[in-house]
Parts: sequence; structure tokens; C-alpha cells
Amino acid sequence: MKKPLKENMEGSGREAEFTNMRDKLRDAMPPVQQVENGAELRRDLWPEMLRRLERPQVRVPWFDWALLAAAGAAAIFFPALIPALLYHF
Amino acid sequence: MELLQRFAAGDLDAFESLFRQYQRDVYRWIVRIVRDPAVAEELTVETFWRAHRAHAGFNPDAKFASWLRRIATNLALDHLRRRRPYVDLPDEIPAEQKPDSAVQQQTRVALRKAFLELPPRLRVVAQLGLIEDETYPEIAEVLGISTGAAKTRMFRAVRLLRKTLQRLGAHP
Repeated sequence: MKKPLKENMEGSGREAEFTNMRDKLRDAMPPVQQVENGAELRRDLWPEMLRRLERPQVRVPWFDWALLAAAGAAAIFFPALIPALLYHF
Repeated sequence: MELLQRFAAGDLDAFESLFRQYQRDVYRWIVRIVRDPAVAEELTVETFWRAHRAHAGFNPDAKFASWLRRIATNLALDHLRRRRPYVDLPDEIPAEQKPDSAVQQQTRVALRKAFLELPPRLRVVAQLGLIEDETYPEIAEVLGISTGAAKTRMFRAVRLLRKTLQRLGAHP
């Protein structure tokens, strides 16, 4: 059983301010359970889960990352190389 | 062998059983944070995918639901961080239309705008604590922070909301 908000907020020393803000917020944006659409899942997601599991994972080889890091470092320490790097990319 | 042990060992049938058992809970939790059913469905699948990927590291003696909820909360928080600020709430979960004065309507619009301007780590605490009525210990657990830190974030969120409302010309 959940504690009521006042008890929930106890210790903050600002119950009145929080309760006021909470009421105004709930008026502007009602809790999801109080809204008809969207609070409950409307379909079984297992077929999508299967598709997600079957999707091949794209793995970038470590050598590509090393090459990219080297190119980045070269561009920082030797800016004159940037046109040459751009030409090759 | 127990279901969770089979899941930890990589058994796909066990994973399917757990998926079917928990998908609604995970969705219900995520939609409370992101307030967008389509995004919540996407993030539910992503939550289980990450759980499946990390099955080997799961301790079968631990609470599966709590573990899932933490993954789901992190994903929902990442989503809030990625989403542009100042966008209004999606139409799928519209705020209830109430016949009231122009001033009240203006305050409501300003409050929604102020809420969307909150930094995601404060917004998620305000969303769960003020709107969805979760307790501090529950919020702290899913965010992996102390109860004290959750209270501090709530205090900062309310203070920031108040300031933003004043800036927007609405009186909280």
C-alpha cells in the first residue's frame, strides 16, 4: 500500500508548496492511469521482440576505431594534413 | 531448473515466458515517464533486448522485475534527454479539456511548458513523485540514487518549476 502524498513528501519541509504544485501539475497533466488511451499495452510485443533479436548487430572492427582515432589525432596535431585526409576520405 | 536460472543460462523459451509475464508491467512503467504510447512500446522491446543481452550477468536470486525496471527507467531517461525541449506532449495522451477561465487555461499551458523545460533528471523525479504518486524510496531505487538525493531533486524540480512559471508570467 502506497503512502499518501503528504506522508510521501514528509521530511522535505515543504509539503504545502509541493501539494500545491502537485495539484496544479495533475490538473495540467493528469496521471497516465486516468487517461483512457495509452495506460495499458494494447498488443503483444513478442513478435517485435523476435524481430529485434533477429536483427544482425553491426559491429565495427577495432582496427577501424584505431584508424579513426589516428586520423583525429593527426588532424589535431598536424592541421596541415587535413586537406590530404579529406582527399583520401 | 527455475525460470530465472534458465534465462540466465540463455534459454530463449525462458526469456519468452518472462517477456510475456512482464511486458505489460514494463510498458506501464515506461509510459508513465515518457507519456507517449508508441515510444513506450519501442522502449519496452528495447528494455527486454538489453535484458536478453545481459542475461549472463543476471543473478537468478535477484528480483527480475526490479532489474527490468531499472533498465527501463534508464532507457526512458535517455529518451527524455534525446528529445528536444519545448515540444508539447503527444496527442495520444492529451490533457483533459476543462471548461474554465482563460487565466486557468493559460496557467495550465505555462505549467506544461515549464515542466517540459525541466532537465530530464529532475523531470523524471517530478513526473513519478508529483504526478504518478510514487514514493521517494521507489523513485530512488529505480534511479539508483539515495532517498535523500531523490528528495533533493524533487525540491530542485519544484523550485525550477516555480521560477519558470514566474518567468512565463503565470502565478504558481
